[in-house]
Amino acid sequence: MHLKPFLTSALRSATSGGARYHVWMGLLTLVMLAGAWAYSIQLRFGLGVTGLSDHVSWGLYISNFTFLVGLAAAAMMLVLPAYVFDDVDFGRAVLIAEGVAVAALVMCLLFVIVDIGNPLAAWHLTPGIGYLNWPRSLLAWDVLVLNGYLALNLAIPFYILYSHYRGARPERKKYLPWMYIAVMWAVSIHLVTAFLLAGLPARPYWNTALLGPRFLASAFTAGPAFVIVLLWVIRRETRFPVAEGAIRKLAVITTVAAQINLVMLLSELFYKFYSPTHHGINARYLFFGLEGHHALVPWIWTAIALNVVATAGLMIHPLRRNIRWLIPACVVLFVSIWIEKGIGLVIPGFVPSPLGEIVEYVPTLVELGVTAGVWATGLFVLTALVKVAIPIELGEVRSPLAQEPQPARVIRPRAARPRYDDDRPVRIR
Amino acid sequence: MMDAPDRPSPGSVPAEGSLLAKPVDRRRALTVLAGAAVAGVQALSACRPASAVTDEEREVKLLAWREYIKGNYRYMTEAERAETIARLERQAMLQRGSAVTIQSTGAQPGVVFGYAFNISKCKGFRSCVEACINENNLDRNADTQYIRIFEIEDGVVDLDHADASFQHEVPAEGHFYLGTQCFQCADPPCVKVCPVGATWQEPDGITVIDYDWCIGCRYCMAACPYWARRFNWSAPEVPVPELNTNQHYLGNRARKTGVVEKCTFCIHRTRQGRLPACAEACPTGARVFGNLLDPDSEIRWVLEHKRVFRLKEDLKTEPRFWYFSD
Repeated sequence: MHLKPFLTSALRSATSGGARYHVWMGLLTLVMLAGAWAYSIQLRFGLGVTGLSDHVSWGLYISNFTFLVGLAAAAMMLVLPAYVFDDVDFGRAVLIAEGVAVAALVMCLLFVIVDIGNPLAAWHLTPGIGYLNWPRSLLAWDVLVLNGYLALNLAIPFYILYSHYRGARPERKKYLPWMYIAVMWAVSIHLVTAFLLAGLPARPYWNTALLGPRFLASAFTAGPAFVIVLLWVIRRETRFPVAEGAIRKLAVITTVAAQINLVMLLSELFYKFYSPTHHGINARYLFFGLEGHHALVPWIWTAIALNVVATAGLMIHPLRRNIRWLIPACVVLFVSIWIEKGIGLVIPGFVPSPLGEIVEYVPTLVELGVTAGVWATGLFVLTALVKVAIPIELGEVRSPLAQEPQPARVIRPRAARPRYDDDRPVRIR
Repeated sequence: MMDAPDRPSPGSVPAEGSLLAKPVDRRRALTVLAGAAVAGVQALSACRPASAVTDEEREVKLLAWREYIKGNYRYMTEAERAETIARLERQAMLQRGSAVTIQSTGAQPGVVFGYAFNISKCKGFRSCVEACINENNLDRNADTQYIRIFEIEDGVVDLDHADASFQHEVPAEGHFYLGTQCFQCADPPCVKVCPVGATWQEPDGITVIDYDWCIGCRYCMAACPYWARRFNWSAPEVPVPELNTNQHYLGNRARKTGVVEKCTFCIHRTRQGRLPACAEACPTGARVFGNLLDPDSEIRWVLEHKRVFRLKEDLKTEPRFWYFSD
């Protein structure tokens, strides 16, 4: 069997590297340890060590959760063109995107675990020995779809990498059907997470039909933006060939999604502000403050400003095609959506309360520490996965038992095929 | 496990006496010990030298383990319910030295509870709030309250402009008072969203929580349109002398850190034919409680003879809590 040498060499790949690699992983480990320490305080004293209250009962953890479900879903925007439309440029980046999905899901699950008050009772969710309130509870749906998506995103890349490791070509009929399922599943995880909030008439701020589509649009903005930055880093730091076309096409996807996202934001704001009904009161708190309470006002205006500037920049072709502009624009877009969709979406749902009381929320140091720890864990997982995948994809690491070593490809690029720019018409074969 | 005391609590002396007096409990408990339980207990006691582990500590850990692996109260058999109640009563004795009685009284046939609140009579004294805190063993540390009394200016019924934190002499001129608590909705949105089925509606209309089954995700708190649910952000504290020892499994028994709780219309009282503590404590007679299925009840009289309204009727949760005025 190749499994044991596969795991051994994976471990060797993940633990060996240059000084920069070790410094990076060391820093992440330090932040993870700090996060674990902060979480131990929370475990000992309860969620009272956070800034949460009976009024604002979800905060930074759930904000990050909703944002990261989007990141996990958006990774499929690379898989879709690569496998469904057989796009060559995306071929090599697909495994990287699936690594992003896995890392984002790990963070999602960790954010849920750190948010629940009685984590030792989490086994109650297991169907059979516990009780999963499915299909009534949207949270039960979320548990199922997130774990299913994680399984898909672990199994498919594992099959492909393991095949390459054995020196074999992965069989399309074995993984392609799962790939199609994963693409649809990606949409479902984010819609379910949106429905989880949108299905609550108690919270008019979320109780809107546009929430699901808005979640998708913002995810397909922030997700590809993140992958662009990641591919850029990989191209700089490794010998993994990242096609220029992949980055260019991702930049177009990001730009289009960012525009759609802004249109949806505009419709939402029009709906909430033109006729100032009770439905708009939370948005009034978010954007302008209410009765002297305006903790989120600077955040949301910063997010909107960053978002508009980055989107406008990306819409200018020469700027978008220049990597020196593209990378900062993607970072800015990512941050702005994290604010808008994370703290700008979850927290105002609670302020004012359903009975009209205004209690604000400010996260504590413990909460920030745990949050940083979870992000560090996600980046650690992502780095390790990428580090393992690259040498296998480059054909540098092969099973000692491999029959006939051959350079493997996810999708064999046809070298003669011409590259085309995103603004030229697509040639139909 | 988290509740296991590190040092002898004030209650440990009488507890030890009662431990010797009732050796059968422990022997019976030990005989039902499963293999997994042994491993769990050993793991739990591994952090201390074996010689330092007393019988009492071992019992505390065993009780905690048995409580940890138990199921959802809603689906327990009568025997399982009796067992967990015996364990919980024993835990209260061992950990706090308080002899509590925990009922499992079920819903009475032909009873659905309803509540009516007279906004012309309430004067904002908050006697109900006080009574509720004492009756339901609410966390004194966090000042948890199930009932909120809103002071509202005459001429509007708009909670956005109401004040629930007034600190002045009442009744204030030109204002009226409106109390909220869990409305025991007929179609409760909080029940629907719970991922583990830890909260449900009983046949008498009371929405209850199994505190030991709740995982603390707080989705129900987000789903409640009336802000009726409370969370134990840290370990709840009730001084032993103030503890109400007449308890119900689904009501005012001890809660733990990280779980949700709520008003149960004083399930331990009302299922025995008594009034909820808030209704009993009200000095103005603003609170009317009774059986909606009993045509001769006072609540039915109010519903039939007064102009009544409910909060947020447009949400279709059908609260069983009405407001009326004289």
